[in-house]
Amino acid sequence: MTEIGQARPRSEDARLVTGRTRWTDNITPAGTLHVAYLRSPHAHARIDRVDVEAAKARPNVVAVLSGADFAAEQGALPCAWQVTEDMKLPAHPPMAVDEVRYVGEPVACVVARDRYSAVDALEDIDVDYTPLPTVVDMERAIEDGADLVHSDLGTNASYTWVFEQGDLDAALRDAPVLLERRFVQQRLIPTAMEPRAVLCEPDGSGPNTDFTLYSATQIPHILRLMLSVVTEIPEHRIRVVAPDVGGGFGSKLQVYGEEVLALLLARRLGRPVKWTESRSEGNMAVHHGRDQIQKVTLAAERDGRIRGLKVELLADMGAYLMLVTPGVPLLGAFMFNGIYKMDAYSFTCTGVFTNKTPTDAYRGAGRPEATFAIERLMDELAAELGVDPVEVRRRNWIAHEEFPFETIAGLTYDTGNYEAATEKALALFEYDKLRAEQNDRRESGDPVQLGIGVSTYTEMCGLAPSRVLGSLSYGAGGWEHASVRVLPTGKVEVVTGSSAHGQGHETAWAQIAADRLGVPFDDVRVLHGDTAVSPKGMDTYGSRSLAVGGVALYRACDKVVDKARTIAAHLLEASEDDLEFSAGRFSVRGVGDAGLSIQEITQAAFAAHNLPDGLEPSLDSDATHDPDNFSFPHGTHLCAVEIDTETGFTKIRKYVAVDDVGNVVNPLIVEGQVHGGLAQGIAQALYEEAVYDADGNLTTTTMADYLVPSAADLPSFTTDRTETPAAGNPLGVKGVGEAGTIASTPAVVNAIVDGLRPFGVRDVPMPCTPERVWNALREGGDR
Amino acid sequence: MPRIRVEVDGATYEDEVEPRLLLVHYLRERLGKVGTPVGCDTTNCGACTVLLDGLSAKSCSVLAVQADGRSVTTVEGLAPDGDEHPLQRSFHREHALQCGYCTPGMIMASADLLRENPDPSEDEVREGLEGNLCRCTGYQNIVRAVRSAAAEMRGSEVAS
Repeated sequence: MTEIGQARPRSEDARLVTGRTRWTDNITPAGTLHVAYLRSPHAHARIDRVDVEAAKARPNVVAVLSGADFAAEQGALPCAWQVTEDMKLPAHPPMAVDEVRYVGEPVACVVARDRYSAVDALEDIDVDYTPLPTVVDMERAIEDGADLVHSDLGTNASYTWVFEQGDLDAALRDAPVLLERRFVQQRLIPTAMEPRAVLCEPDGSGPNTDFTLYSATQIPHILRLMLSVVTEIPEHRIRVVAPDVGGGFGSKLQVYGEEVLALLLARRLGRPVKWTESRSEGNMAVHHGRDQIQKVTLAAERDGRIRGLKVELLADMGAYLMLVTPGVPLLGAFMFNGIYKMDAYSFTCTGVFTNKTPTDAYRGAGRPEATFAIERLMDELAAELGVDPVEVRRRNWIAHEEFPFETIAGLTYDTGNYEAATEKALALFEYDKLRAEQNDRRESGDPVQLGIGVSTYTEMCGLAPSRVLGSLSYGAGGWEHASVRVLPTGKVEVVTGSSAHGQGHETAWAQIAADRLGVPFDDVRVLHGDTAVSPKGMDTYGSRSLAVGGVALYRACDKVVDKARTIAAHLLEASEDDLEFSAGRFSVRGVGDAGLSIQEITQAAFAAHNLPDGLEPSLDSDATHDPDNFSFPHGTHLCAVEIDTETGFTKIRKYVAVDDVGNVVNPLIVEGQVHGGLAQGIAQALYEEAVYDADGNLTTTTMADYLVPSAADLPSFTTDRTETPAAGNPLGVKGVGEAGTIASTPAVVNAIVDGLRPFGVRDVPMPCTPERVWNALREGGDR
Repeated sequence: MPRIRVEVDGATYEDEVEPRLLLVHYLRERLGKVGTPVGCDTTNCGACTVLLDGLSAKSCSVLAVQADGRSVTTVEGLAPDGDEHPLQRSFHREHALQCGYCTPGMIMASADLLRENPDPSEDEVREGLEGNLCRCTGYQNIVRAVRSAAAEMRGSEVAS
């Protein structure tokens, strides 16, 4: 049976459905001390004095430390992306020393015998603050004379990054249709279900102490490197383990202060230390996502053909630049043109400091923002011209015979078939029928109006070709590593540098190895998420696991087969060229005998009694894959909403997603990724927003205030696929982790605006709550 | 400190506990029953759902002392040793979990839902699980898994 393509239920489920999971907070070595953090209640203040004596005197308390205690050893949290030469990069201490710059920034910590005692003692830490002027609004932050987040920088602008291609001035001057819009990408809180947790266990003492750091992280390899850089503890003395990790969505693609401090506390105290965050502190202290103000101008001909696009962004960095904070909006720079052809494009982004939680990657990272803008604009263009929104896209998109296609943003899209995905989606959606119903409701003045939204998206994923990252001044490469160990009994261990936290690598990677090696699925075990087990890796983010890490595994498997072929030829006394390999067995072409199984060859390699001269007695292989290009999933999403014009309440009536993610290793996993992505994209459109008041207080610190949708808030989705294999890798895969999120937000908002257009509404800010829809109706209302 | 006697997953425990100790922390930190995770601190997410005398309860909003003299079932004890409950099987079969952090609570809440309503519609499952949040799956396969387990459980009842 061909394993690749099978809808296998996942191997990892067995422990997850029975509660035998290994979350970081489940691990408590003997002698573990518990850490609790005191966090700033001020958005911006000078720290005048921290008095920890009373807290220290409490029972069960082992240590109480403030930023000053760590000042000499804590270094600064890293930013790996110097996006411009003159980018302003403020120092970011893991624990604040002199000044706090957002609500939730750590100021002191208690280390105690148990969790409750640690939290209790926080009450007795006395901090004197002098409040400083607070910068909350991005647009005001870059006005002359604005208060400063970092007074030493002299500005709140971290950088301005520009990309220009073609003669945009001519396009804007000559085009008969000009659309200018301002869209706001609200601030979001990623909200992985597992709160962050970190446990650091020292082994020994003195300069040669080894540390094992367990963390709920997406990036054990990057974290190990960065912890070493920040703390100057030698890299080989640090082992990072990402045990079972309960979701990430970008929020655990980070080097957090609490991780650095766990290492420093374990070194200082010589005992295991553990910290597990509460959701309320996590909402303040886990990096946030999105938060952009987008000013976009589209120039088009009267027949709907796009001439040019101008994008001017303000991107809220929050108070500091974290691991990839400044680069996130720039990932969108290459995507604002979407699937469309145009003559000219310009993109300008200014990163702005504010006294808010730092932003960084959140599912899609830059690409949802870009896709939202262009897909909203396409619907606006259709409305302006009185053309169907699908038709206006058809007039502009890259036709399937035009691939490979170099876009105005400088990327080469390898393959795609927008026509096929769109046709399939329109049929599943029953587009014409719903348009007819919409018309009926409009004509009858039905208080419940129907809106239809279109989103024909693409995205760049499979992050990333290392050379491209280099050209963008990113601090590392984008390759991935895999190794295959064939054990003496013929069982197989796959080691991947990709670090799953819900994506199902243990299943999908076993399918790839079983398929390529011709061994049973159950004979393969996948190991990941531990730098002692998996020595090399660039971890999991940016829909990269399969398109980069899966391909590395594919290549490593091929190397195993190549080695086995040499041994098989020797044992069968045949030429390698005469051997064929099928279903895990080498046989001499045209000869009827059984040949040798890969397990038999493994045993021969292990015994090493009769190997060709000079051949190493091992089939083990590894491969590091660095992609030549990104991959480009695409698809067509259609959303129908029913809007109660009397209450503003919006209900998704139908959602159809047809995605083309290339070849599929496990359709069950792919469908699950799409479902989850849709839920998060819809949540941005309808429900979620991190809200700050004028003083910089986050008012959505709990799940009661920040509305993560429940089952009752979401519809059932109709999902389907077209399969246009990626040209850039031998598996033909593209990646699927972010597609649903990227596509769905504009589909939903387009549907709402479409439903309200007869009332004069041209936009509804996200999240499109009943109140906002109702206000839009009232303000736009001309009937 | 108050002394409590609680049956958890078939075993009886006696402990002295602080009156303020949450049941979920008692389970996790005193009994080592770490199969029940904590996802929030405002009773919104439902990750910590257990059965208390057979009825679903968020164990972060129950004090350990309130469990005195009562029976607690966690995801670890839902099925007899070495076996799986129909919900555990259907969550696997229908791919109703990804990271799996919400899964223990989701399964326990579903068990209580099916006790009340052995044949729920899709909408009834969605409403019934409103207090349990999942960030990975978009809920569609969870709904499918609950209805699939319901069908299996109804079938077995008929058979017996």
